[in-house]
Amino acid sequence: MRTTVPIAVAFIAGMVVAVSYFFADESAIGWLRLEFLVWLIIVGGMTLALGVVSIVRVNWDAVKKRKEGWPYKVLTLVSVFAMGVPAVLPESWSPLFGRNQGSIYEWLFTYLDAPMMATMFATLAFYIASAAYRAFRARNAEATVLLITATAVMLWRVPMGEAFLNLFPGDIPYFLNTYIMAGANMAVQRGIIIGAALGAASMSLRIILGIERTYMGRG
Amino acid sequence: MSGVELFQIWLVAFATLALFSFMYKDNPFYRVAEHVFTGLSAGYYIGLTWDTIIVTQLWNPMMSGRWWLFIPGILSLLMFTRLSPRFSWVSRTSLAFVMGVTAGGALVFQLHGLVLPQIQSTMMPLWGSEGVGTLLLTIIMVIGVISTLIYFYYSKEHKGVLGMTARVGIWFIMISFGAHFGYTVMGRVSLLIGRVQFLIEDWIGSFGQIG
Repeated sequence: MRTTVPIAVAFIAGMVVAVSYFFADESAIGWLRLEFLVWLIIVGGMTLALGVVSIVRVNWDAVKKRKEGWPYKVLTLVSVFAMGVPAVLPESWSPLFGRNQGSIYEWLFTYLDAPMMATMFATLAFYIASAAYRAFRARNAEATVLLITATAVMLWRVPMGEAFLNLFPGDIPYFLNTYIMAGANMAVQRGIIIGAALGAASMSLRIILGIERTYMGRG
Repeated sequence: MSGVELFQIWLVAFATLALFSFMYKDNPFYRVAEHVFTGLSAGYYIGLTWDTIIVTQLWNPMMSGRWWLFIPGILSLLMFTRLSPRFSWVSRTSLAFVMGVTAGGALVFQLHGLVLPQIQSTMMPLWGSEGVGTLLLTIIMVIGVISTLIYFYYSKEHKGVLGMTARVGIWFIMISFGAHFGYTVMGRVSLLIGRVQFLIEDWIGSFGQIG
Protein backbone atom coordinates (compact mmCIF):
# COMPACT_ATOMS: atom_id res chain seq x y z
CA MET A 1 0.00 0.00 0.00
CA ARG A 2 2.72 2.46 1.04
CA THR A 3 4.82 1.82 -2.07
CA THR A 4 2.47 0.10 -4.53
CA VAL A 5 0.01 2.99 -4.85
CA PRO A 6 2.72 5.64 -5.48
CA ILE A 7 4.45 3.40 -8.04
CA ALA A 8 1.12 2.80 -9.82
CA VAL A 9 0.38 6.56 -9.79
CA ALA A 10 3.82 7.38 -11.22
CA PHE A 11 3.43 4.68 -13.88
CA ILE A 12 -0.04 5.79 -15.01
CA ALA A 13 0.80 9.52 -14.95
CA GLY A 14 4.09 8.99 -16.77
CA MET A 15 2.66 6.65 -19.41
CA VAL A 16 -0.29 8.95 -20.13
CA VAL A 17 2.01 11.94 -20.70
CA ALA A 18 4.58 9.98 -22.73
CA VAL A 19 2.09 8.04 -24.90
CA SER A 20 -0.14 11.09 -25.49
CA TYR A 21 2.73 12.59 -27.49
CA PHE A 22 1.62 10.33 -30.36
CA PHE A 23 -1.99 11.58 -30.20
CA ALA A 24 -3.64 14.89 -31.00
CA ASP A 25 -4.51 17.30 -28.15
CA GLU A 26 -8.19 16.89 -29.07
CA SER A 27 -8.15 13.14 -28.36
CA ALA A 28 -9.12 11.78 -24.92
CA ILE A 29 -5.52 10.98 -23.98
CA GLY A 30 -4.40 14.37 -25.29
CA TRP A 31 -7.01 16.07 -23.10
CA LEU A 32 -5.84 14.00 -20.12
CA ARG A 33 -2.23 15.04 -20.74
CA LEU A 34 -3.19 18.74 -20.75
CA GLU A 35 -5.16 18.20 -17.53
CA PHE A 36 -2.22 16.37 -15.94
CA LEU A 37 0.08 19.27 -16.82
CA VAL A 38 -2.28 21.68 -15.01
CA TRP A 39 -2.43 19.29 -12.05
CA LEU A 40 1.37 19.22 -12.06
CA ILE A 41 1.48 23.01 -11.77
CA ILE A 42 -0.94 22.85 -8.83
CA VAL A 43 0.69 19.98 -6.92
CA GLY A 44 4.25 20.99 -7.84
CA GLY A 45 3.53 24.62 -6.95
CA MET A 46 2.21 23.63 -3.56
CA THR A 47 5.62 22.18 -2.75
CA LEU A 48 6.76 25.81 -2.57
CA ALA A 49 4.14 26.40 0.12
CA LEU A 50 5.38 23.27 1.88
CA GLY A 51 8.88 24.76 1.85
CA VAL A 52 7.60 27.99 3.39
CA VAL A 53 5.74 26.06 6.11
CA SER A 54 8.94 24.13 6.80
CA ILE A 55 10.97 27.37 7.14
CA VAL A 56 8.38 28.78 9.56
CA ARG A 57 8.37 25.56 11.58
CA VAL A 58 12.16 25.38 11.88
CA ASN A 59 12.48 29.05 12.86
CA TRP A 60 9.52 28.93 15.24
CA ASP A 61 11.06 25.93 16.96
CA ALA A 62 14.40 27.77 17.34
CA VAL A 63 12.65 30.81 18.86
CA LYS A 64 10.56 28.70 21.22
CA LYS A 65 13.61 26.82 22.51
CA ARG A 66 15.69 30.05 22.64
CA LYS A 67 18.41 28.46 20.51
CA GLU A 68 21.55 30.41 19.62
CA GLY A 69 20.76 33.40 17.39
CA TRP A 70 17.01 33.18 18.07
CA PRO A 71 16.41 36.96 17.80
CA TYR A 72 17.47 36.72 14.15
CA LYS A 73 14.95 33.92 13.63
CA VAL A 74 12.26 36.26 14.94
CA LEU A 75 13.24 38.66 12.15
CA THR A 76 12.87 35.85 9.60
CA LEU A 77 9.39 34.99 10.91
CA VAL A 78 8.32 38.65 10.94
CA SER A 79 9.57 39.05 7.36
CA VAL A 80 7.76 35.91 6.16
CA PHE A 81 4.44 37.11 7.56
CA ALA A 82 4.97 40.77 6.65
CA MET A 83 5.38 39.79 3.01
CA GLY A 84 3.10 36.75 2.82
CA VAL A 85 -0.01 37.70 4.82
CA PRO A 86 -0.90 40.99 3.03
CA ALA A 87 -0.38 39.20 -0.30
CA VAL A 88 -3.15 36.65 0.41
CA LEU A 89 -5.66 39.17 1.81
CA PRO A 90 -8.22 40.40 -0.74
CA GLU A 91 -7.46 43.64 -2.52
CA SER A 92 -11.08 44.70 -2.01
CA TRP A 93 -10.31 45.19 1.70
CA SER A 94 -7.46 47.63 1.12
CA PRO A 95 -5.14 48.71 -1.71
CA LEU A 96 -2.27 47.66 0.58
CA PHE A 97 -3.30 44.00 0.20
CA GLY A 98 -2.81 41.69 -2.78
CA ARG A 99 0.18 41.82 -5.11
CA ASN A 100 -0.51 44.84 -7.27
CA GLN A 101 1.23 48.21 -7.51
CA GLY A 102 1.01 50.04 -4.17
CA SER A 103 0.57 46.87 -2.09
CA ILE A 104 2.78 46.01 0.90
CA TYR A 105 3.96 42.93 -1.01
CA GLU A 106 5.08 44.99 -4.00
CA TRP A 107 6.74 47.64 -1.79
CA LEU A 108 8.72 45.04 0.19
CA PHE A 109 9.74 43.31 -3.03
CA THR A 110 10.89 46.53 -4.73
CA TYR A 111 12.69 48.16 -1.80
CA LEU A 112 14.06 45.16 0.09
CA ASP A 113 13.84 41.78 -1.61
CA ALA A 114 15.01 42.73 -5.14
CA PRO A 115 17.94 44.99 -4.08
CA MET A 116 19.06 42.38 -1.54
CA MET A 117 18.92 39.66 -4.17
CA ALA A 118 21.03 41.80 -6.55
CA THR A 119 23.50 42.53 -3.73
CA MET A 120 23.80 38.84 -2.85
CA PHE A 121 24.66 38.01 -6.47
CA ALA A 122 26.99 41.03 -6.71
CA THR A 123 28.82 39.78 -3.60
CA LEU A 124 29.59 36.64 -5.56
CA ALA A 125 31.78 38.76 -7.85
CA PHE A 126 34.35 38.98 -5.03
CA TYR A 127 34.18 35.27 -4.26
CA ILE A 128 34.51 34.48 -7.96
CA ALA A 129 37.62 36.67 -8.05
CA SER A 130 39.05 34.71 -5.14
CA ALA A 131 38.10 31.39 -6.78
CA ALA A 132 39.64 32.63 -10.04
CA TYR A 133 42.94 33.23 -8.27
CA ARG A 134 43.04 29.58 -7.20
CA ALA A 135 41.69 28.14 -10.47
CA PHE A 136 43.71 30.34 -12.79
CA ARG A 137 47.16 29.62 -11.42
CA ALA A 138 48.45 28.14 -14.65
CA ARG A 139 49.83 24.95 -13.11
CA ASN A 140 49.35 22.84 -16.23
CA ALA A 141 48.40 23.15 -19.89
CA GLU A 142 44.65 22.65 -19.26
CA ALA A 143 44.55 25.38 -16.58
CA THR A 144 46.43 27.67 -18.97
CA VAL A 145 43.79 27.11 -21.67
CA LEU A 146 41.06 27.94 -19.12
CA LEU A 147 42.94 31.09 -18.07
CA ILE A 148 43.51 32.33 -21.63
CA THR A 149 39.91 31.69 -22.74
CA ALA A 150 38.35 33.30 -19.66
CA THR A 151 40.63 36.36 -19.88
CA ALA A 152 39.95 36.77 -23.61
CA VAL A 153 36.17 36.46 -23.15
CA MET A 154 36.19 38.95 -20.25
CA LEU A 155 38.21 41.42 -22.31
CA TRP A 156 36.02 40.87 -25.36
CA ARG A 157 32.80 41.66 -23.44
CA VAL A 158 33.82 45.22 -22.51
CA PRO A 159 34.39 48.03 -25.05
CA MET A 160 37.83 48.92 -23.65
CA GLY A 161 38.93 45.29 -23.77
CA GLU A 162 37.67 44.87 -27.31
CA ALA A 163 39.62 47.99 -28.35
CA PHE A 164 42.70 46.46 -26.68
CA LEU A 165 42.24 43.14 -28.52
CA ASN A 166 41.95 45.06 -31.80
CA LEU A 167 45.49 46.40 -31.27
CA PHE A 168 46.80 42.92 -32.11
CA PRO A 169 47.04 41.65 -35.69
CA GLY A 170 44.09 39.58 -36.89
CA ASP A 171 40.48 40.07 -35.89
CA ILE A 172 40.63 38.55 -32.38
CA PRO A 173 37.01 39.50 -31.40
CA TYR A 174 35.75 37.79 -34.60
CA PHE A 175 37.92 34.73 -33.87
CA LEU A 176 36.57 34.58 -30.29
CA ASN A 177 32.99 34.87 -31.43
CA THR A 178 33.23 32.39 -34.28
CA TYR A 179 35.66 29.69 -33.22
CA ILE A 180 35.57 29.87 -29.41
CA MET A 181 31.97 30.79 -28.54
CA ALA A 182 30.16 29.33 -31.57
CA GLY A 183 32.78 26.61 -32.16
CA ALA A 184 34.56 24.90 -29.27
CA ASN A 185 32.18 26.21 -26.59
CA MET A 186 29.08 25.23 -28.57
CA ALA A 187 30.54 21.76 -29.27
CA VAL A 188 31.09 21.12 -25.56
CA GLN A 189 27.63 22.42 -24.69
CA ARG A 190 26.15 20.06 -27.28
CA GLY A 191 28.13 17.13 -25.89
CA ILE A 192 26.96 17.94 -22.35
CA ILE A 193 23.35 18.46 -23.46
CA ILE A 194 23.28 15.16 -25.39
CA GLY A 195 24.84 13.25 -22.48
CA ALA A 196 22.63 14.85 -19.83
CA ALA A 197 19.48 14.43 -21.93
CA LEU A 198 20.19 10.74 -22.50
CA GLY A 199 20.75 10.35 -18.75
CA ALA A 200 17.52 12.25 -17.95
CA ALA A 201 15.55 10.14 -20.45
CA SER A 202 16.82 6.88 -18.96
CA MET A 203 16.13 8.15 -15.44
CA SER A 204 12.60 9.12 -16.52
CA LEU A 205 12.05 5.61 -17.81
CA ARG A 206 13.32 4.17 -14.52
CA ILE A 207 10.87 6.37 -12.58
CA ILE A 208 7.91 5.45 -14.79
CA LEU A 209 8.69 1.73 -14.54
CA GLY A 210 9.11 1.96 -10.77
CA ILE A 211 12.78 0.95 -10.77
CA GLU A 212 13.88 4.31 -9.38
CA ARG A 213 12.16 4.83 -6.02
CA THR A 214 14.58 7.02 -4.05
CA TYR A 215 12.23 10.03 -4.34
CA MET A 216 9.85 8.23 -1.96
CA GLY A 217 12.36 8.24 0.86
CA ARG A 218 12.51 5.54 3.51
CA GLY A 219 9.81 4.02 5.68
CA MET B 1 12.69 64.34 -2.97
CA SER B 2 9.93 63.42 -0.50
CA GLY B 3 10.54 61.97 2.96
CA VAL B 4 9.18 58.59 1.82
CA GLU B 5 11.55 58.46 -1.15
CA LEU B 6 14.45 59.39 1.11
CA PHE B 7 13.47 56.63 3.56
CA GLN B 8 13.27 54.09 0.73
CA ILE B 9 16.74 55.01 -0.55
CA TRP B 10 18.25 54.78 2.94
CA LEU B 11 16.52 51.45 3.56
CA VAL B 12 17.94 49.97 0.35
CA ALA B 13 21.37 51.46 1.14
CA PHE B 14 21.31 49.92 4.63
CA ALA B 15 20.37 46.50 3.22
CA THR B 16 23.06 46.74 0.52
CA LEU B 17 25.84 47.82 2.88
CA ALA B 18 24.79 45.30 5.53
CA LEU B 19 25.07 42.45 3.02
CA PHE B 20 28.37 43.75 1.62
CA SER B 21 29.76 43.97 5.18
CA PHE B 22 30.06 40.17 5.22
CA MET B 23 33.08 40.52 2.93
CA TYR B 24 34.95 41.97 5.93
CA LYS B 25 33.61 39.38 8.40
CA ASP B 26 30.39 37.99 9.82
CA ASN B 27 28.65 40.70 11.89
CA PRO B 28 25.20 41.49 13.40
CA PHE B 29 24.26 43.87 10.55
CA TYR B 30 24.84 41.15 7.99
CA ARG B 31 22.91 38.62 10.04
CA VAL B 32 19.94 40.98 10.33
CA ALA B 33 19.92 41.58 6.56
CA GLU B 34 20.45 37.88 5.82
CA HIS B 35 17.53 36.76 8.01
CA VAL B 36 15.22 39.48 6.69
CA PHE B 37 16.15 38.46 3.13
CA THR B 38 15.41 34.79 3.87
CA GLY B 39 12.04 35.68 5.37
CA LEU B 40 11.08 38.00 2.54
CA SER B 41 12.04 35.41 -0.08
CA ALA B 42 9.84 32.82 1.66
CA GLY B 43 7.02 35.38 1.96
CA TYR B 44 7.39 36.14 -1.73
CA TYR B 45 6.55 32.52 -2.51
CA ILE B 46 3.45 32.66 -0.29
CA GLY B 47 2.07 35.49 -2.44
CA LEU B 48 3.18 33.84 -5.66
CA THR B 49 1.71 30.43 -4.79
CA TRP B 50 -1.54 31.94 -3.54
CA ASP B 51 -2.10 34.15 -6.55
CA THR B 52 -0.75 32.15 -9.49
CA ILE B 53 -1.58 28.64 -8.29
CA ILE B 54 -4.30 28.44 -5.64
CA VAL B 55 -6.50 31.24 -7.01
CA THR B 56 -5.70 31.21 -10.75
CA GLN B 57 -5.12 27.51 -11.44
CA LEU B 58 -7.24 25.84 -8.75
CA TRP B 59 -10.02 27.89 -7.13
CA ASN B 60 -11.27 30.00 -10.05
CA PRO B 61 -11.41 27.11 -12.58
CA MET B 62 -13.15 24.90 -9.98
CA MET B 63 -15.79 27.56 -9.39
CA SER B 64 -16.25 27.84 -13.18
CA GLY B 65 -17.20 24.18 -13.54
CA ARG B 66 -13.93 22.25 -13.66
CA TRP B 67 -14.90 20.45 -10.45
CA TRP B 68 -12.47 17.58 -11.05
CA LEU B 69 -9.61 19.88 -10.05
CA PHE B 70 -10.42 18.85 -6.49
CA ILE B 71 -8.14 15.83 -7.22
CA PRO B 72 -4.92 17.89 -7.52
CA GLY B 73 -6.29 19.98 -4.63
CA ILE B 74 -6.36 16.90 -2.42
CA LEU B 75 -2.98 15.73 -3.72
CA SER B 76 -1.58 19.17 -2.77
CA LEU B 77 -2.97 18.88 0.75
CA LEU B 78 -1.56 15.35 1.10
CA MET B 79 1.87 16.83 0.40
CA PHE B 80 1.72 18.53 3.81
CA THR B 81 1.67 15.16 5.58
CA ARG B 82 5.41 15.22 4.94
CA LEU B 83 5.69 17.42 8.00
CA SER B 84 4.56 14.55 10.22
CA PRO B 85 7.06 11.67 10.56
CA ARG B 86 4.16 9.27 11.26
CA PHE B 87 2.11 10.10 8.18
CA SER B 88 4.82 11.29 5.79
CA TRP B 89 4.34 8.15 3.66
CA VAL B 90 0.93 9.54 2.56
CA SER B 91 2.71 12.36 0.68
CA ARG B 92 4.38 9.77 -1.56
CA THR B 93 1.31 9.56 -3.80
CA SER B 94 1.42 13.30 -4.52
CA LEU B 95 5.15 13.15 -5.03
CA ALA B 96 4.77 10.11 -7.31
CA PHE B 97 2.26 12.03 -9.43
CA VAL B 98 4.69 14.95 -9.80
CA MET B 99 7.55 12.58 -10.61
CA GLY B 100 5.46 10.52 -13.05
CA VAL B 101 4.16 13.49 -15.07
CA THR B 102 7.59 15.14 -15.07
CA ALA B 103 9.25 11.87 -16.14
CA GLY B 104 6.67 11.24 -18.88
CA GLY B 105 7.16 14.73 -20.27
CA ALA B 106 10.94 14.57 -19.91
CA LEU B 107 11.17 11.18 -21.65
CA VAL B 108 9.76 12.67 -24.84
CA PHE B 109 11.23 16.15 -24.51
CA GLN B 110 14.78 15.04 -23.73
CA LEU B 111 14.94 12.77 -26.77
CA HIS B 112 12.79 14.66 -29.27
CA GLY B 113 13.51 18.18 -28.11
CA LEU B 114 17.18 17.96 -27.16
CA VAL B 115 19.10 14.85 -28.27
CA LEU B 116 17.84 14.58 -31.86
CA PRO B 117 18.04 18.32 -32.76
CA GLN B 118 21.53 18.58 -31.22
CA ILE B 119 22.74 15.54 -33.21
CA GLN B 120 21.08 16.92 -36.34
CA SER B 121 22.83 20.29 -35.93
CA THR B 122 26.18 18.54 -35.43
CA MET B 123 25.96 16.26 -38.50
CA MET B 124 26.53 18.92 -41.14
CA PRO B 125 28.07 18.14 -44.57
CA LEU B 126 31.82 18.80 -44.65
CA TRP B 127 32.11 19.17 -48.39
CA GLY B 128 30.08 21.79 -50.17
CA SER B 129 30.13 24.04 -47.09
CA GLU B 130 30.49 27.77 -47.56
CA GLY B 131 34.23 28.44 -47.49
CA VAL B 132 37.15 27.22 -45.41
CA GLY B 133 35.89 29.00 -42.27
CA THR B 134 32.60 27.07 -42.20
CA LEU B 135 34.42 23.81 -42.96
CA LEU B 136 36.79 24.45 -40.04
CA LEU B 137 33.88 25.27 -37.76
CA THR B 138 32.07 22.05 -38.73
CA ILE B 139 35.21 19.99 -38.04
CA ILE B 140 35.69 21.70 -34.64
CA MET B 141 32.04 20.98 -33.84
CA VAL B 142 32.22 17.26 -34.71
CA ILE B 143 35.54 16.69 -32.89
CA GLY B 144 34.35 18.73 -29.89
CA VAL B 145 31.03 16.92 -29.49
CA ILE B 146 32.50 13.42 -29.89
CA SER B 147 35.50 14.04 -27.62
CA THR B 148 33.30 15.65 -24.93
CA LEU B 149 30.90 12.71 -24.99
CA ILE B 150 33.80 10.29 -24.73
CA TYR B 151 35.32 12.23 -21.81
CA PHE B 152 32.05 11.74 -19.90
CA TYR B 153 31.87 8.04 -20.82
CA TYR B 154 32.91 6.20 -17.68
CA SER B 155 31.96 2.62 -18.56
CA LYS B 156 35.45 1.85 -19.89
CA GLU B 157 38.88 2.89 -18.65
CA HIS B 158 40.29 5.88 -20.57
CA LYS B 159 43.23 4.11 -22.24
CA GLY B 160 44.55 3.98 -25.80
CA VAL B 161 42.41 5.67 -28.46
CA LEU B 162 39.61 6.26 -25.93
CA GLY B 163 42.08 7.95 -23.57
CA MET B 164 43.52 10.13 -26.34
CA THR B 165 40.06 11.24 -27.45
CA ALA B 166 39.08 11.95 -23.84
CA ARG B 167 42.24 14.07 -23.54
CA VAL B 168 41.14 16.14 -26.55
CA GLY B 169 37.75 16.38 -24.82
CA ILE B 170 39.40 17.90 -21.72
CA TRP B 171 40.93 20.66 -23.85
CA PHE B 172 37.58 21.47 -25.41
CA ILE B 173 35.90 21.40 -21.99
CA MET B 174 38.53 23.75 -20.56
CA ILE B 175 37.92 26.22 -23.40
CA SER B 176 34.16 26.06 -22.79
CA PHE B 177 34.46 26.36 -19.00
CA GLY B 178 36.84 29.29 -19.44
CA ALA B 179 34.34 31.04 -21.72
CA HIS B 180 31.51 30.37 -19.27
CA PHE B 181 33.60 31.55 -16.36
CA GLY B 182 34.36 34.78 -18.23
CA TYR B 183 30.67 35.30 -18.91
CA THR B 184 29.68 34.59 -15.28
CA VAL B 185 32.30 37.00 -13.95
CA MET B 186 31.09 39.72 -16.30
CA GLY B 187 27.47 39.11 -15.24
CA ARG B 188 28.30 39.35 -11.54
CA VAL B 189 30.52 42.40 -12.06
CA SER B 190 27.72 44.19 -13.92
CA LEU B 191 25.43 43.51 -10.92
CA LEU B 192 28.14 44.89 -8.63
CA ILE B 193 28.42 47.98 -10.81
CA GLY B 194 24.64 48.42 -10.48
CA ARG B 195 24.80 48.31 -6.67
CA VAL B 196 27.82 50.64 -6.48
CA GLN B 197 26.10 53.03 -8.90
CA PHE B 198 23.04 53.04 -6.61
CA LEU B 199 25.17 53.78 -3.55
CA ILE B 200 27.11 56.59 -5.24
CA GLU B 201 24.36 58.24 -7.28
CA ASP B 202 21.17 57.63 -5.26
CA TRP B 203 22.33 57.18 -1.68
CA ILE B 204 25.30 59.57 -1.48
CA GLY B 205 23.36 61.86 -3.84
CA SER B 206 20.57 61.99 -1.24
CA PHE B 207 22.88 63.43 1.44
CA GLY B 208 22.18 66.94 0.16
CA GLN B 209 18.43 66.39 0.62
CA ILE B 210 18.69 65.83 4.38
CA GLY B 211 17.87 68.74 6.58
